[in-house]
Amino acid sequence: MTVLTRPASPVAPVRDRGRGPAAVRRRRTAVIAYLFSLPFIASFAIFMVFPLISSLGMSFTDFRSTDIPTPFAVAFVGLDQYTALFQNEQFLRSMLNTLYFVGVGIPLTMAVALVLAVALNGAITRFRTVFRVGFYAPVVTSIVAVAVVWRFILQPDGLLNTLLASIGITGPDWLGDTAWSMPSMILMAVWRNMGTLMIIFLAGLQGIPREVMEAAEVDGAGAWQRFLRVTLPMLRPTLLLGAVLLSVGYLQFFEEPFVMTKGGPLDSTLSISYFTFNQFGFGNYGTASAASYVLFVAIALLSIVQFRAFRTKE
Amino acid sequence: MTPVPVTPSARRRGRPSRVLVYAALTVALAATLIPFVWMFLGSVKTEAELRQRPPTWWPQTFTWDNFTAWFGRLDIGTFFVNSVVVAAFTVLGTLVFCSLVGYALAKLDFPGKRVVFTLVLVTLMVPGVVTFVPLFVVVSKLGMVSTYPALILPFLAGPLGVFLMRQFIKDIPDSLIEAARIDGAGELRIFLRVVMPLCGPALATLAILTFLGSWNNFLWPLVVAQSEDMYTLPVALSLYSVGQNSTNYGVLLAGSVLIITPVLLLFVALQRYFIQGIAATGIK
Repeated sequence: MTVLTRPASPVAPVRDRGRGPAAVRRRRTAVIAYLFSLPFIASFAIFMVFPLISSLGMSFTDFRSTDIPTPFAVAFVGLDQYTALFQNEQFLRSMLNTLYFVGVGIPLTMAVALVLAVALNGAITRFRTVFRVGFYAPVVTSIVAVAVVWRFILQPDGLLNTLLASIGITGPDWLGDTAWSMPSMILMAVWRNMGTLMIIFLAGLQGIPREVMEAAEVDGAGAWQRFLRVTLPMLRPTLLLGAVLLSVGYLQFFEEPFVMTKGGPLDSTLSISYFTFNQFGFGNYGTASAASYVLFVAIALLSIVQFRAFRTKE
Repeated sequence: MTPVPVTPSARRRGRPSRVLVYAALTVALAATLIPFVWMFLGSVKTEAELRQRPPTWWPQTFTWDNFTAWFGRLDIGTFFVNSVVVAAFTVLGTLVFCSLVGYALAKLDFPGKRVVFTLVLVTLMVPGVVTFVPLFVVVSKLGMVSTYPALILPFLAGPLGVFLMRQFIKDIPDSLIEAARIDGAGELRIFLRVVMPLCGPALATLAILTFLGSWNNFLWPLVVAQSEDMYTLPVALSLYSVGQNSTNYGVLLAGSVLIITPVLLLFVALQRYFIQGIAATGIK
């Protein structure tokens, strides 16, 4: 914001910096632009950039909750927090759990959303709005409220197992069994997120010109072939976008286990975010910061990889 | 449907498969909505009936007791007001902040513009837990724990809103703005009289997304709202569900209904804008 205070420069290195009317106007525009940006930049600096940088700083110290009154009196410990993390079995477990959730959850959510979008886009002509609203409804609801119901659905003698019993299947203890707790979380996540992806995919499908589809049909391509050879390739940018949005969200996987299982049983649904939150709760701010930066790097890397993967195929 | 020439064979293939698609979609829709249906029906059942196995669908005895618990023993009025106040100011602040900076980034030249925009894009990928700890330190240093500002201010700097407004304003033709400038209008006047009236759809989208985020937000309020008079609805419900009351299932269901119903009604009324908004943030 030097522009505000700097007097007219004695030397004018480029012609922009002169005293001409154009230069005066340019400077005026810059001042106005800063005034327009000021509310955002101020709150962005205090509540986003500063925490972002101090979190990185904290991850190289042994900062604990008791250090809040004297934040600069903490000891610098270099990479110790990070090396300790990668020897911490609980953290490694949380990484594997997150990987499990992302690896199964993303393809599953995208597949379900794509099927719904294709069905709503071409295969039906009536009640489209009803279906769209219905499938999207879980997105707008509070996870805390939804958890109350889902706990009942997933109880050993709950709704799901009652339904399964009626067709002769004995359902497991969904939330209490280490083998089934993660699939339960994934099921909930698919339910909560398919709507968003469905809407994005629908918009993408509507961008495919009708003539292309008709041309393929005239050439004798069946429905399945049209889907594979025309729809999917033309939908690639939309699919990429969906994958990126979903992976940024799913890597931060936290809310479902927080409200449903508290990370259990036996840490089987403990995610990286959850591990970080627990460390915050224990007062280990340095450890929490280091773990959160590991997650940040993972998100950035996965996003880059996805952009690469979708780009090179063209 | 536009009348497309259909060959007899296509028509024969078309009909049964369309019926199948409808059937499959209806089953899928029922499965999606079962949790809601069960929530609404359960909230008016008695505790004894909720414990019955196998679970019942339709309430045998109808009762409002679960709701009266919230309006009597529990101070739902306060929680509701808190949720509304926090959401209203978060939406208002976000709209003002994001449209101002969005205009500057889209249409004005200033040194450091690229830095600001790049930072905004990078922070779109920052997970919530990264800033969580220092944010809490900042808020407690500022003495804001258990106040409205602590619940509102951290959410006014949302990078998504800036991105959305900047992209939208960028598509407004420069000629409109130039014409106003030639007529002698100042930047603030141009912003208010020329740009903002054209931003209706983007503002609606941003307002809806921000409202949803704020209304459903619970982790930050759970940590920052430490006195009961500052609880928002989700905080109240989540604390109630882990306390000694966790066995009172009907009350929990009634609480869920009370949180979800306003949003669900809003969604059904404004579904077109919701859906436009999601598609727009995605596609742009």
